[in-house]
Amino acid sequence: MDLYKMTAHQLSEMLKNKEVSSTEITKSVVDRIASVDDKVKSYITVTADKALETAKAVDEKIAKGEEIAPLEGIPAGIKDNICTEGINTTCASKMLENFVPPYDAFVTKKLKAINTPVLGKLNMDEFAMGSSTENSYFFKTANPYNLNKVPGGSSGGSAASVGADTAVYSLGSDTGGSIRQPASFCGVVGLKPTYGLVSRFGLIAFASSLDQIGPLTKDVTDSAMVLNAIAGHDNFDSTSVKMDTPDYTKALVNNVKGLKIGIPEDYVGDGINPEVKDAILKAAETYKALGAEIEFFKLAASKHALPAYYIISSAEASSNLARYDGIKYGYRTENYTDLMSLYKQTRSEGFGKEVKRRIMLGTYALSSGYYDAYYKKAQQVRTIIRNDFDNAFAKYDVILTPTAPTTAFTMGEKTTDPLQMYLEDICTVSINIAGLPAMSIPCGFDKGGMPIGMQLIGRAFGEETLFKAAYTFEQNTEYHKQRPNL
Amino acid sequence: MKISKQDVLYVANLARLNVTDEEADKLANEMGSIIDFADMLSEVDTTGIEPTNHAMKMENVFREDVITGSYDRELILKNAPSQESGCYSVPKVVE
Repeated sequence: MDLYKMTAHQLSEMLKNKEVSSTEITKSVVDRIASVDDKVKSYITVTADKALETAKAVDEKIAKGEEIAPLEGIPAGIKDNICTEGINTTCASKMLENFVPPYDAFVTKKLKAINTPVLGKLNMDEFAMGSSTENSYFFKTANPYNLNKVPGGSSGGSAASVGADTAVYSLGSDTGGSIRQPASFCGVVGLKPTYGLVSRFGLIAFASSLDQIGPLTKDVTDSAMVLNAIAGHDNFDSTSVKMDTPDYTKALVNNVKGLKIGIPEDYVGDGINPEVKDAILKAAETYKALGAEIEFFKLAASKHALPAYYIISSAEASSNLARYDGIKYGYRTENYTDLMSLYKQTRSEGFGKEVKRRIMLGTYALSSGYYDAYYKKAQQVRTIIRNDFDNAFAKYDVILTPTAPTTAFTMGEKTTDPLQMYLEDICTVSINIAGLPAMSIPCGFDKGGMPIGMQLIGRAFGEETLFKAAYTFEQNTEYHKQRPNL
Repeated sequence: MKISKQDVLYVANLARLNVTDEEADKLANEMGSIIDFADMLSEVDTTGIEPTNHAMKMENVFREDVITGSYDRELILKNAPSQESGCYSVPKVVE
């Protein structure tokens, strides 16, 4: 079997047993990028030479008889809003087209600590705002299962690269579904960890109270391994939680007997594509057959999560993106007369349409006279949503929903009406609002052959339960073994 | 329509964005429909409900006041669109 097709845990095992070298693995994936990435276009920047250098160092370490860490020497891609020292980090924006971070993000440092050959930086919606990766300033990324369809977003490059085998795994970021929805569209596993489990230091901020970094992988085992590698406390992120993180691979147990799974009725209701709905109900049957208890329930505030999310995230974005003023770093216009016109013209030329729309919306929601009606109201609804989840988790161990209301849609289909695009996030945003962990795993294909993902939601810091539930489903189904023909 | 062109121009100035006349009309429409959607929030009874800023309980994080490493000036200035004598360069602010 071609090395690039294999999972991180398979390759890690082979590397440890000296059946293969890190250079061979990295070379195989680099060649794969060269042969298919002009079609899929996952990468904004490819750093093949650097990756091969790192792989060589790992091989030398192995040759000396030194122990290697799990995932050491396994090549990965990184979303282009996660800082990489000396390598352009663009956020898929004209504003940061030439930005070269002088430091590594916490997660980048973590990956470098285990000698990860970094393959390059992955395409995304500009500043992580979007659900299709069509908002990238540079180019659109295609879905590996159908090149005319979107890979989802905003971590579209991260999902498409894993789907297309041009990365063994990747890192993405998730503010309202940006890891899970593209994972679902590209037939891969995507995990948004609990808020605070993974440091956001060096993640270019979109909405700080919602953003979280997480892995996109070929299977659930890889997901647990990558979480092991990136979780942990960081002094540079004051929201990073001080706790001893467990070995998540220990939670990979094929057993859901007695596990209580709740399905919110609204999430398998009218707004959901029938094929997606059927796949979710079928997954529920699978769980039932494996000994889990399934119950439908009402998650009362779910309807209000989407408007609350768009108010809160846009408000935080308008504040976070105020720093792009053409002075310290990033784009600067050539057309200005004074400082104010420099600010305005720089921002008008440097940001794309969707980013400007959200800055405007957020500024409006925070402006005098509207603050109470929109921003404060949304923050209060946030409390209600959290309470709803607390109540649900008093009864259930895991909540099961679709990841997205549809499968991957055709490019251009939803770009004219922003609200239509926002509805893509309807199943995922409430999880960020409540700060909970959730993962998307493959659970079927529609008639057109496009992947369907299901979302498992857990209690805060309940990643182990998620892994157990996801692993059990995976071990008893074949969906994750399908690969696209490219 | 919920949001007027004047609203758009007012907010654009606050956000330090230039908006052309044509863009203002379009934005008024788009923002109007998003705000209409957000008005769904008014259905929710939030009497006596505390707002949540962060999903996790947040506390002030303190550290010892010790000097740690900082970045080299040249390195940081490399990303500046314009610099002079080791400083960021901006248009004249004070007459």
